[in-house]
Amino acid sequence: MAVAATAGVVPARRDYVEDVVQAFVVATVFWGVVGFLMGTIIAFQLAYPVLNLDLEWTSFGRLRPVHTSAVIFAFGGNALLGTSFYVVQRTCRARLFGGEQLGWFVFWGYQLFIVLAATGYVTGITQSREYAEPEWFVDLWLTIVWVAYLVAFFGTVLKREEPHIYVANWFYLAFIVTIAMLHIVNNLALPVSFMGTKSYSLFAGVQDALTQWWYGHNAVGFFLTAGFLAMMYYFVPKQAERPVYSYRLSIIHFWALIFLYIWAGPHHLHYTALPDWAQVLGMTFSIMLWMPSWGGMINGLMTLSGAWDKLRTDPVLRFLVVSVAFYGMSTFEGPLMSIRQVNALSHYTDWTVGHVHSGALGWVAFVTFGAVYYLVPRLWGAQRLYSLRLVEWHFWVATLGIVLYITAMWVSGIMQGLMWRSFDHLGFLQFSFIETVEAMHPYYVIRAFGGVLFLLGALIMVYNLIRTMRGEIREEEAMVVTLPAGARAAPAE
Amino acid sequence: MEGLVEFARSIWGLWLMILFVGIVAWTFWPSRRQKLEEHGKIPFKNDPD
Repeated sequence: MAVAATAGVVPARRDYVEDVVQAFVVATVFWGVVGFLMGTIIAFQLAYPVLNLDLEWTSFGRLRPVHTSAVIFAFGGNALLGTSFYVVQRTCRARLFGGEQLGWFVFWGYQLFIVLAATGYVTGITQSREYAEPEWFVDLWLTIVWVAYLVAFFGTVLKREEPHIYVANWFYLAFIVTIAMLHIVNNLALPVSFMGTKSYSLFAGVQDALTQWWYGHNAVGFFLTAGFLAMMYYFVPKQAERPVYSYRLSIIHFWALIFLYIWAGPHHLHYTALPDWAQVLGMTFSIMLWMPSWGGMINGLMTLSGAWDKLRTDPVLRFLVVSVAFYGMSTFEGPLMSIRQVNALSHYTDWTVGHVHSGALGWVAFVTFGAVYYLVPRLWGAQRLYSLRLVEWHFWVATLGIVLYITAMWVSGIMQGLMWRSFDHLGFLQFSFIETVEAMHPYYVIRAFGGVLFLLGALIMVYNLIRTMRGEIREEEAMVVTLPAGARAAPAE
Repeated sequence: MEGLVEFARSIWGLWLMILFVGIVAWTFWPSRRQKLEEHGKIPFKNDPD
């Protein structure tokens, strides 16, 4: 490494734009708690419908998009925007393009988008497109903010001191550009009036369905996958203190993902009016996605080769590594469910919901928690986290919550699918719809408690981070007792 | 000529495949190993933290 030769041009730490990143971290944690809370509430509503309160504003149909948008766009989005500003400045060794001003515009502009979207959902202003519910005026505002974000990010890449663009920035850039394209095309709509909130989509029928799932699946592929892979490629090496296992594999990971993901959307429309060839195309590309997904997972996990012992002593690294394992698990399950014959059983059931949450809770949220625990001491100038023991508690409470959630949904979903396709000896359906709903009740209760645990873990994190931001350090035993050489290895606690 | 262009467009999947295989070959070409793996150290360069 030509460290000495380039040392002169490295900006000192204070030259990076960090206030904005701090704000994004706070927003990530805040919206995370809001999103997990909303999820837990609607999970209880499914188990106990009386909790809808018989009010339109608190009904499941209106609160569900509040939950999905809060966790995906508010929690995940703030994490992506904040970490991308942090990572791009450091790996390019350049100050954020546009400086504090542009950074703050992106921050407040994005928060305004979230508030406009959420208040719209509760009051019934929605265009009813999944994960793209905000109406036309909110969409236009997000477009402006997003272009500003692209300018800030790409401007920083262009003025970089580091000759090579580090792979994390490729993933971030793919996320920003693709989301811009998806957002604009999927939201093409004609407002009914200039001052009114209502609009109608330019698409209709099966074209509309395909556009929505082209958007929907690529939101998963480029928002929830590519963006968070960028986080993996920076924070896993940094926390493990060793470079990524194979930089060349990361290049292949990137291009394979980019080439394949964009075609996978039709697997959401199996056995619909969508032509069969398009369904098979979507299924084929989904199955091919196994390769880059697992290549990427192996790349992330093998970064720890020779340093596996750190998993025992460093719960922050454990969050990051377990998130990569969940990435592998949910990207194994996804292609499996995209196979038409499997989909015939799984589609419209809770299995899908369980699958989404193994990716969302296990991969997206865990990698975000790891990144937040990494960032807070550094951004607030604390010596270290207030308590590693509390990170440990967060980890296990949240993990138990995920396990309860996804196992309950597997059992519930497969049971539901099997009940729907059961016939008696005369060829009549064996179960009425309400019987399947009754059968699912216990699993809904278990799922809701899984959600409570996940929320509880996040609250432990909030407490730990607040104490860390104040620069406090909890007096506690080290994670592992070091014994003299030759002694037996100590147990994990 | 027009027929040729038509045909070339109809096998777009093949072109993308060739492009992708080209990327893989370029990346894993043995002589590039050292140079590319060096990029993995970028997050650790001169990091003031």
